[in-house]
Amino acid sequence: MTLDLVMFMLSAVVAVFGATMMILQRNPVASVLYMIVSLVAQAVLYVQLGALFLGAVLIIVYSGAILVLFLFVIMLLNLRGREDFGAPRDRMSRSSKAVLSILFVAELAMVVRSGLAGSPFARSTRVGVMSLTDDSFGSVADVASTLFQRYLYPFELTSILLLAAIVGAVVMARRDRPGDRLEGEPTLEYADPENEEVAG
Amino acid sequence: MISISAYLVVAAVIFGIGTIGVLLSRNLIVVFMSVELMLNAANLVLIAFSRALNVVDGQVFVFLVLTVAAAEAAVGLAMVITLFRNKNTINIDRFSMLKG
Repeated sequence: MTLDLVMFMLSAVVAVFGATMMILQRNPVASVLYMIVSLVAQAVLYVQLGALFLGAVLIIVYSGAILVLFLFVIMLLNLRGREDFGAPRDRMSRSSKAVLSILFVAELAMVVRSGLAGSPFARSTRVGVMSLTDDSFGSVADVASTLFQRYLYPFELTSILLLAAIVGAVVMARRDRPGDRLEGEPTLEYADPENEEVAG
Repeated sequence: MISISAYLVVAAVIFGIGTIGVLLSRNLIVVFMSVELMLNAANLVLIAFSRALNVVDGQVFVFLVLTVAAAEAAVGLAMVITLFRNKNTINIDRFSMLKG
């Protein structure tokens, strides 16, 4: 067994373990931390596949910024003791959801198996784990020249997307103060029929 | 040398776990993170094929997907805050007003 294979197995197992624990945790803070574990392992897989730059971006931007934003929101909501939801009261039962998800995973496994059997990417395609010195594939210069030449316009368009996201997030998360709205302007507040049932 | 199918299988497993999380979890934040997990599984597939075909375009797509994921996280978390403010819970069973 080569070192590459050992690293692959290790990070694959850690990535799947982190993902599994993430959805099993009751405490959302623990979920976020397990997600970070999974993402770091996935970053190792990225680097193995030659995506050095994206591996760094995954750790810096994803686990560094996005998941900290998740943590920040969890702290902001201050859920203390309200993570336990009690018995589900949904009409679609938990078991039917479980059956549905198992069916989906089985379908995914079949697609992967049958797709690999007939494709040119079948087991003959071996992905070279990169050596950091003699291979410029996936380096910052390599990615940047493609990004800023061939994909310049899509890249510039993402700036509009980010601007829209910033404005949207601020508008939605803002707390309404009296006087913010015009006379007769509808508010976002809505009645809660379930709470009214409990009250009546 | 590791076969590309090994990476695809890992991505499929992670995607499946994300699906299970979306369907089974009742915590709005965990559901949201499961969606992010599914995005990451798709990114892993893109990077694996980018390596197999030896073109860097797949990595550019992943870069753009990460940008979209960041925008989505910002808007989605704003929605989580608004929902929590109105309902005082993040249990998704309680967000059933459109069920009719």
